[in-house]
Amino acid sequence: MVDYEPRIVAMLCNYCAYSAADLAGVARIQYPSNVRVVFFLCTGKVEIIHILKTFEAGADAIFVGG
Amino acid sequence: MEEEMQKDKIGSVLVVGGGIGGMQAALDLADSGFYVYLVEKSPAIGGRMAQLDKTFPTNDCSMCIMGPKLVECGRHLNIEIITYADIESIEGFAGNFKVKVKKRARGINTDICTGCGSCVANCPVTNQPVITFHHSPHQADGVKRSKAQSPTITFKLNGKEVQGEEGQYILQIAEEYGVEIPTLCYHKALEPAGMCRLCIVELCDGRRTHFVTACNYPIREGMEVYTDTEAVHEYRKLIVELLLACCPDVAIIKELAAKYGIKEPRFEKEDNDCILCGLCVRMCERIGNSAISLTGRGVEMKIDTPFHIQSDVCMACGACAFVCPTGHIKLEDITKHAIKPIPSEYQMGLTGRKPIYVPYAQAVPNTPVIDRTRCMHFATGGCKTCAEFCGVGAIDFSQQDETVELNVGSVILAPGFEPYDPKLYDTYQYGRFPDVVTSLEFERILSASGPYEGHLVRPFDQKEPKKIAWIQCVGSRNTQRGGKGYCSAVCCTYAIKQAMIAKEHSSEPLDTAIFYIDMRTYGKDFERYYNRAKEEMGIRFVKSRINNVLPGDTPGNLKIKYTDEAGRMVQEDFDIVVLSVGVNIAQESIELAKKMGVELDHYNFVRTSSFKPVKTSRPGVYVCGVFEAPKAIPHTVAQASAAAASATSALAEVRGTRIKIKEYPPERDVSKEPIRIGVFVCHCGINIGGVANVPEIVEYAKTLPYVDYAEDNLFTCSEDTQAKMKDVITERQLNRMVVASCTPRTHQPLFRETCREAGLNQYLFEMANIRDQCTWVHMQDPEKATEKAKDLVRMAVARAATLEQLHEIPQPIRQEALVVGGGVAGMTAALGLAEQGFKAYLIERTDRLGGYALRLLTTWRDERVQPYVEEMVKEVNEHTLIDVHLQTEIKEVNGIVGNFRSKLVDRQGKETEVGHGVAIIANGAESYEPEEYLYGEDPNIFLSLGLDQEIMQNADRLKHVNTAVFIQCVGSREPDRPYCSKVCCNRSVHRSLTLKQLNPNMDIYIIYRDIRTFGIREDLYREARSRGVKFIRYKMDDKPKVEKRDGRLRVTVKDQAIKIPVEIDTDIITLASAIVPRDDNGVLSKLFKVAINQDGFFMEAHAKLRPVDFACAGIFVCGLAHGPKPVDECISQAKATVSRACTILSHKERMVGGVVAQVDPNLCAICLTCVRVCPFGVPELDYENGVAKIDPAACQGCGICASACPRNAIQVMHYRDDQQIAKLMAVF
Repeated sequence: MVDYEPRIVAMLCNYCAYSAADLAGVARIQYPSNVRVVFFLCTGKVEIIHILKTFEAGADAIFVGG
Repeated sequence: MEEEMQKDKIGSVLVVGGGIGGMQAALDLADSGFYVYLVEKSPAIGGRMAQLDKTFPTNDCSMCIMGPKLVECGRHLNIEIITYADIESIEGFAGNFKVKVKKRARGINTDICTGCGSCVANCPVTNQPVITFHHSPHQADGVKRSKAQSPTITFKLNGKEVQGEEGQYILQIAEEYGVEIPTLCYHKALEPAGMCRLCIVELCDGRRTHFVTACNYPIREGMEVYTDTEAVHEYRKLIVELLLACCPDVAIIKELAAKYGIKEPRFEKEDNDCILCGLCVRMCERIGNSAISLTGRGVEMKIDTPFHIQSDVCMACGACAFVCPTGHIKLEDITKHAIKPIPSEYQMGLTGRKPIYVPYAQAVPNTPVIDRTRCMHFATGGCKTCAEFCGVGAIDFSQQDETVELNVGSVILAPGFEPYDPKLYDTYQYGRFPDVVTSLEFERILSASGPYEGHLVRPFDQKEPKKIAWIQCVGSRNTQRGGKGYCSAVCCTYAIKQAMIAKEHSSEPLDTAIFYIDMRTYGKDFERYYNRAKEEMGIRFVKSRINNVLPGDTPGNLKIKYTDEAGRMVQEDFDIVVLSVGVNIAQESIELAKKMGVELDHYNFVRTSSFKPVKTSRPGVYVCGVFEAPKAIPHTVAQASAAAASATSALAEVRGTRIKIKEYPPERDVSKEPIRIGVFVCHCGINIGGVANVPEIVEYAKTLPYVDYAEDNLFTCSEDTQAKMKDVITERQLNRMVVASCTPRTHQPLFRETCREAGLNQYLFEMANIRDQCTWVHMQDPEKATEKAKDLVRMAVARAATLEQLHEIPQPIRQEALVVGGGVAGMTAALGLAEQGFKAYLIERTDRLGGYALRLLTTWRDERVQPYVEEMVKEVNEHTLIDVHLQTEIKEVNGIVGNFRSKLVDRQGKETEVGHGVAIIANGAESYEPEEYLYGEDPNIFLSLGLDQEIMQNADRLKHVNTAVFIQCVGSREPDRPYCSKVCCNRSVHRSLTLKQLNPNMDIYIIYRDIRTFGIREDLYREARSRGVKFIRYKMDDKPKVEKRDGRLRVTVKDQAIKIPVEIDTDIITLASAIVPRDDNGVLSKLFKVAINQDGFFMEAHAKLRPVDFACAGIFVCGLAHGPKPVDECISQAKATVSRACTILSHKERMVGGVVAQVDPNLCAICLTCVRVCPFGVPELDYENGVAKIDPAACQGCGICASACPRNAIQVMHYRDDQQIAKLMAVF
């Protein structure tokens, strides 16, 4: 389990969390690369089907930030 | 003459100052049909607000809320931002000014700079250079780079044919082709020296092979170079081993050793940290100085100064240390001069910056500037290192200052403020103790983009503080030592904010104490904020004026002596002392006013009147923000809009004459075409390409389904690439575009624009964010960053394939307005709209216009209110574009922005329907009717308004009054009404002076909790004290008592200063009663679907940046309906609503649709879920068809309804489930 690297999908809201992720970049804050960000206009539009399909695609964890 | 002027009017406006005020004014103007020149003296817009960490009273991140406005200004077609520029002169008259603006030489060609930041990253100068003498011009030249005129040379690199130009070296070509060769001594800007030997490669010239250093071996026709052979590796390994033996503790060498599998060198270890690469010497030479050199031979060789003494010639610029790969160079050993960083203006000098710099990360424009007073090139003629690294050739040292002449109809001044310099007040020891900081410095300390990245530490030793003190009124309410007599109006609330945020940032419990004279939390929701700080956050508020700061008991600590509530002397040590410095008008602003011919007052604020709060003494020149008077952001933003409205009221007929309108070619219908995707992957200089392997990503993109074309660009956003993109779209008939580069938040509009210019629907575009969210955050791991970038491209391509064309449709706008309320605010709004050429329906529920203002005697500036209001009523009644409806109420409101329909009912029950594009709510407020203090039981007990009536009608009687008492906070700042009514302290203090005029011997007592004479009104307070008005402070839980004794009134109050009850027999008592919301706010709130706050006042869309907008588009609020405020602010707000309304009414139609929710009528079960969840109140029931209806014109596209719909009957266009799922399924 030591080498276990979870594959994380982040569903981020345009207005806050997505902007924050950009800002982390501007500030060059380093974080692990095993997260893939998907842009949402608003996390109000994150559907159950989105989450289930993402798990189906192989995600180990999903982070919804909004 | 009049006609002449009319003819010559210019439909453009100059805004001076690019802070939040200037930006708001510019956006309003540009959105309502005027061309704007936004001139800013610093290199970027953003102003002071960009420096703030958070904003009160919502604790929103300052940069996060202003960021969108920055970006909007930056890319608005009709805002021309001119930064790094000063106003030189102005000629002409209102309607037609000619303004000369001097653009200082930036050293950067702004047209081609892409803002990649390579120049800044590679500028070697890290310190303030000590320029003692001028050197003879020095011509610097770096490594010969590819130049078109040189003959082409073809040779083989690892078996692959490559091309370069004569004069280039092997290493350069390898770099271009993405072949990695390790090196320690190579630098792009310096002549190679082959010192470290690490770049060794195997060379075959046909007859024999030999080993050469790639960095300084020139390429030759037909040669074969191998960088990856076993022999090369062996050779390099040996070099690394030798280096490790020489410098066993140097990080970069240890890393290399680990890479080559060397644990311990076989050779005897030395204790060195210099690998003699000579980068420092070569860099110093390039800089044009040559203060150091390699001395000695063989084992004696080392870097040294002449005679081994600290050099006088060295300018302490730090370039040698910057390029040193091992950290060997210690500047203090080399230079004789003091080593000082160049203070960063943005970070308030807490960190340094380079001579070439971008003021802050999100700066607009994102173009660096060369500070000529610090750039070594301007001292020696040498260096030019930045130019070597600029990928587009944007560096231009020869640029000269340039004066341009702007032709504008009006001018708005918004130069802002500078913080008071507490060095003038030396007993606070600012500048002597590092932990005594100004509030703006503390703002930077708290900020995540500040010197400590948001970790709360004290500057002295970077330890976490346990106790922090704030000293209020530093440089304000005090005329000593450069201080100013006015109240700076913002410091009390920002100190509370800073204390709150500091507590949040601190990992351990933090003790915070604010030392104040009066807490002036008078703004909307500020009192609640203060209560929360006191009661929930445990922030200590100590009423004590602090005059000096002493060294503490332990080093780094600071001691404050004060008198506590009980009157005891207390000494307390703190880790940090924050000086809450006031706002000052900068010398430059005073000069600006002089050049503009604008009068200033005794504090150097622009002279205005309460009735014309944004109008200066010069016709056609307007003002907003702190240059007018000290104020917080919301009032500045409202004034900025007000200034925009005022600046254009005389220019209405030339609206739209100077603006640029973009024309696009007709769109190609791609719905029947097979999908063909184009992918552009950006290197962004080295921002992406320096980490991820871009060519590899491009090759990968070509393998993805539907991808027809893929290429990489040094800068995808540069003009030439954009032109290329258009060509490719047309040539290959691409119908979906993907750009893998930075963030869609800043660049998507640009690329969408390019698609439109190529005849492609803008919604057929998708972005992959491989910089901000990939290479910038995984800089240490190029392989994983490349993998992630490929994934992100794959996801973008998968989604792109599902994208469809969306068409926005025009919807006509009814260019008329409805104004609710006929008081000063409502009338100002109606008149403002009429001046702009738009019809206004003015609805008043009583039988006359004028509202409460008719009952006011004067403003705080002694301006008579009644004549002004009467004149205004006359103007309103006479204006042909204003349709006044008295004794009328609103019964029904339908429709959306641009097209409302409202039903009006008059007293007789007659109904009228009016159509309007916008609505302004200005229904005012009421005065609180007290039940306390014997109000209503004695004719000599007045409310504030009643006293004004009495002065107007019975001034003679008041001349014989011997004693008068004012009781403050009657009904305000109470548990039931936890807000400050803002006007009462000013009114009572002002009236005490009026009474003193009537009878100079009158004894006057003002019984108060905090005196809140904010801003310049502090003058009144000072004058009242000097005239002998007595101020007695009471406590909330020990209120004064009013009794009738023997026909006289007696007030008993416990004076908190002496802790003794005081009895005052008085003739009259004035109760400063609260301003309370109108009883019809609830009804209006339902009719217009707008929110009201906990206190019952209308709630704006955003407390800071949208002070007169409602969340619901097209509806605005101003005056007392929004919250308690004085007349001048009501007028500013009313004018602001005019400006905001004009951004809608000045257009004949607006484009609607695009990214909006759509209901599938076959699936909708009319369960009303969407109706309930929509924060904008858009979904409605279509009874006829039995489905929910979402008007595309009103929908904001947030998707909450779509998510909540239990039958999945709603989809948001462009973000449909299948489109999002396509992206999500492509994630791995």
